Amino acid sequence: MPKYETWAPERASEIIAQHQDQKGATLPILHALQEVFGYVPLAAEPLIADALNITRAEVHGCVTFYHDFRREPPGRRTLKICLAESCQASGGRALAKRAKEKLGVEMGGTTADARVTLEPVYCLGLCHSSPAAMLDKDVYAALDAERLDELLKEAQS
Amino acid sequence: MTRIYISRDSGALAVGAESVAKRFEREATERGLDLEIVRTGSRGMYWLEPLVEVETDQGRVGYGPVKASEVGTLIDEGILAAKSHKKCIGVVDEYPWFKNQTRLTFARVGITDPRSLKDYQAHGGYAGLKRAIEAGPDAIIEQVLTSGLRGRGGAGFPTGIKWRTVADTPPQQKYIVCNADEGDSGTFADRMIMEGDPFVLIEGMTIAGIAVGATYGYIYVRSEYPHSIEALRAAIDAARAAGFLGTNVAGSGYAYDMEVREGAGAYVCGEETSLLDSVEGKRGEVRAKPPLPAHVGLFGQPTIINNVLSLATVPIIMDRGGEFYRDFGMGRSRGTMPIQLAGNLKYGGLYETAFGITLGELVDEIGGGTKSGRPVRAVQVGGPLGAYFPRSLFDTPFDYEAFAAADGLIGHGGVVVFDDTVDMAQQAHFAMEFCAIESCGKCTPCRIGSARGMEVIDKIIANDNRAANLEILEDLCNTMKLGSLCALGGFAPYPVMSALTHFPEDFGAEKKRLEDAAE
Repeated sequence: MPKYETWAPERASEIIAQHQDQKGATLPILHALQEVFGYVPLAAEPLIADALNITRAEVHGCVTFYHDFRREPPGRRTLKICLAESCQASGGRALAKRAKEKLGVEMGGTTADARVTLEPVYCLGLCHSSPAAMLDKDVYAALDAERLDELLKEAQS
Repeated sequence: MTRIYISRDSGALAVGAESVAKRFEREATERGLDLEIVRTGSRGMYWLEPLVEVETDQGRVGYGPVKASEVGTLIDEGILAAKSHKKCIGVVDEYPWFKNQTRLTFARVGITDPRSLKDYQAHGGYAGLKRAIEAGPDAIIEQVLTSGLRGRGGAGFPTGIKWRTVADTPPQQKYIVCNADEGDSGTFADRMIMEGDPFVLIEGMTIAGIAVGATYGYIYVRSEYPHSIEALRAAIDAARAAGFLGTNVAGSGYAYDMEVREGAGAYVCGEETSLLDSVEGKRGEVRAKPPLPAHVGLFGQPTIINNVLSLATVPIIMDRGGEFYRDFGMGRSRGTMPIQLAGNLKYGGLYETAFGITLGELVDEIGGGTKSGRPVRAVQVGGPLGAYFPRSLFDTPFDYEAFAAADGLIGHGGVVVFDDTVDMAQQAHFAMEFCAIESCGKCTPCRIGSARGMEVIDKIIANDNRAANLEILEDLCNTMKLGSLCALGGFAPYPVMSALTHFPEDFGAEKKRLEDAAE
């Protein structure tokens, strides 16, 4: 289970410094920040812009372009349910609906107790055994309602 | 000692392979068995995963699918002595679904330990690089041209010509970039290579570097593939430690090194120019061409950008010769294609075979029809931007030109099967919706066209001014096809128009006919 640190600019600057010397460092920095804090807050943008000698607009444009980067802290666990064609052909839409109902959130939302964030994903490359889902970095395939319920239980525990 | 093999491919992990392996370890300790567990890639027969293979004098005998809870019983029943059992499929190499394939790109996947460079070399690994070093840059490119290899990412552009273009640029910093942003639904071949035989991709990229004078490479892997990223990083470290990467590759005097870059959930970054911008640390927006990446690519330098499968096929072409590879296939589609069978199919998995096999054979025979047991109604080939095929086109051979002639594309080789419960109007709507979500926003036909497309399809379904809106949809699709900067907006019309052409009854046509008859 991921354990996120509370946002701290000094810690963020340390992380940025570790990655800033590689070519095209923006994405590696954003990934590293999200790995530690669980999201990339607005306050991180001027720090990155400064370190890479690019404008804040460039950093902001980059953060907001990519679906991966969150602007708010996520729940303790993140459950991604695949909504792409292969999973659609195998009951994926019904599973997504079930997950939304059971958790009481829409796609992209976090449960009121901050335990689970539910996100859509467009393909996990497990289409040979659709439908598929991912809990944090663990993958699950050949899901049915029963296995999804186990997964939801695990996510909420 | 008994040796067994269990996959560590994420497709196997997703159905419990890790707990099966752990259970075997525990049983071995408790029973005092001399058991070695080798973790491999997947054979690609995913309905059998977790598949446990037991080494015997006759070959590896397979059992699957195995649940962790039944490991103890299976051992009691003698599977470690390869005894017969209802879950036994016999010697895996002789199992028809596996045996009938032509595995060239996937020769080692599912067989070797992807973390072991020694195992890789024991199974023919780095033989291609050795020949490439002996032959030199010009001869490498000649072999790739002879092989007829075309870009396996979907565009089908001849790989050798791309390489020649980069080789012909003056000496300067050049790059090899591997496109591992495998975002098409229904595809997983790149993932299987990266997790199951990462060294072959590293070897292919090294050969490309020598061929064109590039000294550095990047593999851009989508973030949805954490296991691939981990496997590649471990393999790159192992290759470097053994001298296969660095300032003097395998003692040849050539310098080449590489690293992995992680994507961030943008489908459009599978488009080569937006991928380059993403590696550079920018928004993944598509670049206008020309200039071609071969001339002005990564960081403005000449760059080869190829798909995982294209690069992973280069070592066997170098090892066996361009002619060996060219002799497989049909027409202008030479060699083999790792076809990925997905969606509502009984036997989903990776089937590598020479070009020319028909869509019907793939779906009905090899795929075994639907998992749900209902009739097959539609098959989408080539990912979210590929056309939907009805049964009446099942005689189409798997070949770049034959699919284009049927108003479709083979793309990256994904085949997604739908049964008769599918609503094709909903699928057409999704194609536009996906394009709207993933559009990079640079060109208007894609950015605005996809949103307007959703609205028009909604109106058609609601029978609102149907005839006029059908005309608008067709016009809009043509604008997107001809006016978009890249294949995202340019190909989104394929699933839409094919759904409309082959399944008009789902778009309210039947309702319209009944209404007309009533009047």
